Amino acid sequence: MSEQEPMHTNEAHETAPSHPAGNDDPSVVSRRWLLLKAGLALNGLVGLALAVPVLRYLLAPWRRDASYDSWVSLGSVDGFPIGETRLAFYKNPYAQSWDGATDNVACYVRRESAGQFRVFAINCAHLGCPVRWFPQSQLFMCPCHGGVYYADGSRASGPPERGLFTYDWKIVSGNLYIDAGQMPTLSNTAKLVQISNGKGDCSCQG
Amino acid sequence: MPGMKRAAGRVYAWLERRLQLAAPVKDAVLHPVPRNTASWWYVFGSAAFTLLFLQIFTGILLALVYVPSAGEAWNSLNVLNHQIPLGWFLRALHGWGSNFMVAIVLIHMAQVFLFGAYKFPRELTWILGVFLLLMTLGMAFSGQVLRFDQDAYWGLGIGASIVSRVPWIGGGLVHLLLGGPIIAGATLSRFFTLHVFVIPGAMLLSAFLHVWMVLKLGINEWPMPGRLVSRATYVDQYNQLTHEDGLPFVPGAFWKDLVFSGAILAAVAVCAFVFGPYGPGGQPDPSIIQTVPKPDFFFLWIYTVLSYLPPAMETPFILIAPIAGIAILLALPFYASEGEKSWHRRPVAVLVVTTVAVCWAVLTQLGTTTPWSPHMSAWSSDPIPVSRLHALTPLARAGAVVLQAKQCRNCHSIGGLGGERGPALDDVATRMTMDQLRFKVVTGGGNMPAYGKNLSPPEIEALVTFLETLHPANEPPAYDPAQQQAIEAAQPSGSAP
Repeated sequence: MSEQEPMHTNEAHETAPSHPAGNDDPSVVSRRWLLLKAGLALNGLVGLALAVPVLRYLLAPWRRDASYDSWVSLGSVDGFPIGETRLAFYKNPYAQSWDGATDNVACYVRRESAGQFRVFAINCAHLGCPVRWFPQSQLFMCPCHGGVYYADGSRASGPPERGLFTYDWKIVSGNLYIDAGQMPTLSNTAKLVQISNGKGDCSCQG
Repeated sequence: MPGMKRAAGRVYAWLERRLQLAAPVKDAVLHPVPRNTASWWYVFGSAAFTLLFLQIFTGILLALVYVPSAGEAWNSLNVLNHQIPLGWFLRALHGWGSNFMVAIVLIHMAQVFLFGAYKFPRELTWILGVFLLLMTLGMAFSGQVLRFDQDAYWGLGIGASIVSRVPWIGGGLVHLLLGGPIIAGATLSRFFTLHVFVIPGAMLLSAFLHVWMVLKLGINEWPMPGRLVSRATYVDQYNQLTHEDGLPFVPGAFWKDLVFSGAILAAVAVCAFVFGPYGPGGQPDPSIIQTVPKPDFFFLWIYTVLSYLPPAMETPFILIAPIAGIAILLALPFYASEGEKSWHRRPVAVLVVTTVAVCWAVLTQLGTTTPWSPHMSAWSSDPIPVSRLHALTPLARAGAVVLQAKQCRNCHSIGGLGGERGPALDDVATRMTMDQLRFKVVTGGGNMPAYGKNLSPPEIEALVTFLETLHPANEPPAYDPAQQQAIEAAQPSGSAP
């Protein structure tokens, strides 16, 4: 490649002197070259100024986790028998009218005692596939790569590196609320500090 | 008739006076190529180019009906399939066109690699080709997303889970990928933008530059063992070759391109007509969790890799391997830009292509049969063969019920029915003693969950009693000789009066 490049530059130098308009030699600072540079600079400046709002627009979805989350109700606690794990649904708090069915999110609610709950995300901690609950063997099984979890959400076998993701929960006037809003992945839920305070998982008791 | 011919000639002259395309087109058409490149091995690039245009054409036709909205996309696909006359055929053409395109691009790449065509002065042609391959795969994945069904939904979930493993900025990247906190309307809109505007635009531009360079630098000559590439002499040697033993590109070489492209288009059409369109599968409703998501054919191998990687290696592998792979492909023409082109003298190159092809085939085959996935309905749908239940004690039969009811069958097969995650149980009694079986059931281990908390002692006893009957008639169950000896040693003294 380097053998060819000198050839091209040689050609440029050879043709330059024979060209009638000697003023077009870039090495001579003429009025028209100065104006060209001014034009380039102007476009560069405007481009930079436009890039800022464009980038801001493109990065709009990149927000703090907390700004997407809010407390949503899963209904009365009476809907969850003690000692059992039930599939529950909620409408994602961050939603648009054109989402169709995609903002119907499922989760598993395990009522351990009258005032003690565990709410698991439906998504396998491996790659997010929907795990299924088998009450007979008290196991969650993932259909994708065969991850298995025990009833308390801890990892039993398969490729997942951790147990099921959990939601923070609280009970407000007889209703079970969870702190939800985004798809649980290793980058958000795994980082959450689980604060145990009284009967709920969250420090802000309702 | 002659009048019409004269009129056509005048129209042509009028257009040519303004367009001035005749000279460059003539140059491109008649440029000499080495005679032995007029070969059936040199037809894959032009076939990929043809398929790109088939995809653009059928894609535009589908966009006449498709609604890129999370709420309506699935419905509009069903309208295409069932209500618009031949809508199913257009969808099938686009789907099969995509399959053929990925395959042809990969074959083209393997051929170019084996023929040493990436060497000087065609390094940049190769690099653009690598980007074209990545864009082709990007189109295949984003196209699978636009077929907005359950597989698309959970496929996006897998994508988000992979992206979330990026250190520090993983969370933000997930938001960017999904266009928000969950897979929803914004996600489909941005994949539509990628699939319809961004990637095709970049692909067209790259493909034209790719072909431009093929025209300017000349098609790679047929590699001869011992004819080494050197920067100093290659261009002169190539020009000499094309003049001494060359022929004009059209028609000498081009007729084979034309015939092959036509045959590929016909093959796409036949596949589309015979096999029909892909999906859409179930509704993209995440509250329907009775689903077994699987990626499209060309991504099955990744699905397999993700299942077999040890947990500790997963995140490093997912994040590093793709970057390393792309870096190797991009670095190849700089690492080996001179020297031998012929595959006869490049055993490592042949070995690499063979290894990649064999690995890909094996991983795809495994991804098709997914022996690692539990069969979610095996426990309620796959019965234990009646012959296995003959002449059993009531306790053993109760154990068979436990085996069935506790979902053991989801991972363990008997008589060829059931999951393959764990070993088949047909002759488990010959492999493990009763004590070992009991221990395994209670504590789990390897890939088996521990059932100690979920089974009562009588259930475990019944289950193990049944498992003990699972052995061939001519092969006794396994036993622990030391234990047997101890029992026998204890018996005489115990029975002696």
